Amino acid sequence: MAELQTMGGTAAPQTTNTARRRQPRRQAQGGARVGSHLFLVALVLYFITPLWWLVVASTKTNSGLFTGSGGPLWFNSEFNLLQNLADLTRYQGGIYWTWLGNSFLYALTAGVGATLFAVLAGYGFAKYNFRGRNFSFALLLGSVMVPLTALVIPTFVLLAEFQLVDTRWAIILPSLLSPLGVYLIRVYAQDVVPSELLDAGRVDGAGELRLFVQVALPLLRPAIVTVLLLSVVATWNNFFLALAMVRSPNLLPVTVGLDSWQALSNAGAGGEQVWNLIVTGALVSILPLIIAFLSLQRYWQGGLSLGSLK
Amino acid sequence: MSTQTVTADPATRQQPVTPHGGANMDAKRQRWGWFFIAPFALVFLVFLVGPLAYAFWMSLHTSTLVGGESFTGLANYGRAFTDPIFLEGLLRVGKFVAVMVPIQIAVALAAALVLDTLATRLSKFSRLMIFAPYAIPGMIGALMWGFLYSPRFGPASDLFGLFGATAPNFLSANLIFASLVNIVTWQWAGYYMIIIFAALRGIDPSIYEAARIDGASALQIAMRIKVPMISSAMVMVVIFSLIGTLQFFTEPAVLRTVAPGAIPGDYTPNMYAFTLAFSFSQFNYASTIAFALGIVVFIFSFIFLHLTRKQSGLR
Repeated sequence: MAELQTMGGTAAPQTTNTARRRQPRRQAQGGARVGSHLFLVALVLYFITPLWWLVVASTKTNSGLFTGSGGPLWFNSEFNLLQNLADLTRYQGGIYWTWLGNSFLYALTAGVGATLFAVLAGYGFAKYNFRGRNFSFALLLGSVMVPLTALVIPTFVLLAEFQLVDTRWAIILPSLLSPLGVYLIRVYAQDVVPSELLDAGRVDGAGELRLFVQVALPLLRPAIVTVLLLSVVATWNNFFLALAMVRSPNLLPVTVGLDSWQALSNAGAGGEQVWNLIVTGALVSILPLIIAFLSLQRYWQGGLSLGSLK
Repeated sequence: MSTQTVTADPATRQQPVTPHGGANMDAKRQRWGWFFIAPFALVFLVFLVGPLAYAFWMSLHTSTLVGGESFTGLANYGRAFTDPIFLEGLLRVGKFVAVMVPIQIAVALAAALVLDTLATRLSKFSRLMIFAPYAIPGMIGALMWGFLYSPRFGPASDLFGLFGATAPNFLSANLIFASLVNIVTWQWAGYYMIIIFAALRGIDPSIYEAARIDGASALQIAMRIKVPMISSAMVMVVIFSLIGTLQFFTEPAVLRTVAPGAIPGDYTPNMYAFTLAFSFSQFNYASTIAFALGIVVFIFSFIFLHLTRKQSGLR
């Protein structure tokens, strides 16, 4: 079975250090520099436009979204953001905040769980030569290619047998699975946890668990943060699973909840249209992850490429 | 997989095992591997192997109101692979693969190559902005673009009006394909860009120096040296994009609310399976579709990995 070649001594922390040192020599010069910057400005405008629109739209009233003085991409004369936030708290008994709380609960529980399992398994694969290792790892690599959405319907039927459908568990439990996380940790652990260091610890009488906690875990930190971010994002963004698994309004994550408001507003008459709340709710819901990514930059920028370097 | 070995050995926990403790001790120590893998293996069995096996079992059965569930062999697969709706959906996601994957990768690669030659504040800022959509759920992305596309809310009529033209309806049956390609590119190109960019940073720049002395232009260096050197990252990115596109669901499902005429409920195989299961309670046939799609994805990825095994370092 296929065995992926691991990256040769190009662990993320070293890469960033050497890259910084080499910096001046890769600079483009003259006209190419101006052209490159223009290209980047065009890209940034494209990628930022929907977000800009969202910020602007969240300050408008429901009717202001259609017929505002500022047009779709600029503020109207009236500033309605605080009123929208207040309405978001009031509408349907403030269910929006329940949805947002659910999203947090699902993403954090499943993200932390998936990361924990991935770190343990990735370390086991990297540092122990147990019987069945190669076979299990080949199975794991194959499973990265299994489309996870193909599992949703049978998982639904299986969970239904245990009366777990339409509960929080129906979203959390299947989200604990992260084969990619295991793979990333294994590749990283192979590079940054020296076997000699573990052996030295064993000579000193340290147990395997202690070696893992005191020697391996600190070294693995950048990879752990990356896998944690990836799993939290995967659960937070998983629309298909949540749409299939939960029906009760108070169990929905924020994505499915907003989708239900969108469907209602689209079908409903004037009074049921809450476009301003959908837009404001969408803005509030994307802030936590954007903040998390901005504040954890130095971890994931190197970490996301784990396993792809040769 | 035997989980017995994991629990069978509590003795090793107390005994300090030295690396020089002989072959027997070593074999005992290696079993700790199973201890570390056990929790993940359990999740893997219950939520991956289990559902896959169960989907396969369900696909071999048909349930009727009168007769209950009965074994029907491969009949469901015969039905699926002659079902025009499923085949049309497959063809459609095939077209999305043909168009969307190259566009996403091209945008990501171009951005990464340009960012790699710059170290200015603007380039750092651009990198974050291009990546930002990755932190936004696909559902919210589709929602925002749905507003922007909308003739009622969107800026299109104003923008086209500036040039005295009438805006096309991005949510019409003719344009919905392009509109979806745009949403997914916006959503994912930044993520692929970061992976490619990090791989580019791993290359030793002294290689470029040599090429530059030999008179190679920046473009030649990019295409002849940089791209081949990051081929394993490229293969990984294409695989992610390929698997994601074949499972296409969220964006068309969300956009369907505002463009029901252009996107039917069975637009992609995943949407079809979802409708079969949750609107018509045809769980057996829905499992067949899901399993058949899984097989198609697996075969596609496998062929791709086989064709690119030299580039990716797969042996």
